[in-house]
Amino acid sequence: MAMAATDIERLIKESFPDAVVVIEDLAGDGDHYSARVTSQAFAGKSRVQQHQMVYSALKGQMGGVLHALALETSLPK
Amino acid sequence: MSTSERIQKLIDSNDIVLFMKGVPAAPQCGFSAAVAQILAKLDVPYESVNVLADPFIREGIKEFSNWPTIPQLYVKGEFVGGCDIVREMFQAGELATLLTDKGIKAPAS
Repeated sequence: MAMAATDIERLIKESFPDAVVVIEDLAGDGDHYSARVTSQAFAGKSRVQQHQMVYSALKGQMGGVLHALALETSLPK
Repeated sequence: MSTSERIQKLIDSNDIVLFMKGVPAAPQCGFSAAVAQILAKLDVPYESVNVLADPFIREGIKEFSNWPTIPQLYVKGEFVGGCDIVREMFQAGELATLLTDKGIKAPAS
């Protein structure tokens, strides 16, 4: 089962209201996405912590429904 | 021994441990393949654990690391990250630096 890009974006924005979220459907199959998330919330966090924050925003979908989400996190420039 | 004790033992007794799907010579997932390839490029020895061969480790490692996906890379007992982080660090030269900082010799560098 796949997940719509808009659902991914909505979940991320629920946890990070300031976030700029860019999602690409890598394979065009609604199953392989990349997400770039830019948020002030990542300040002072390690890469692992930043990704963990996004994973927890996705409420357990990651690793399950969302098998393939390439994730990139950054702070606003 | 509990699963988390087994995982702890694996990462304590090897400098670099990669939890992956398949084995380095025959990865069974693109993400695992990518990390195995990066480690091959760095030319460092590492222990790999095929989670597909061990359902307890496969589920246990996710909880152990608080990380929902596989592969997962550990260096000197420290969780480095999954495929995206490893790739990003490798491209920025940070992964080689990390290994050097941890006292692991990479013949390639």
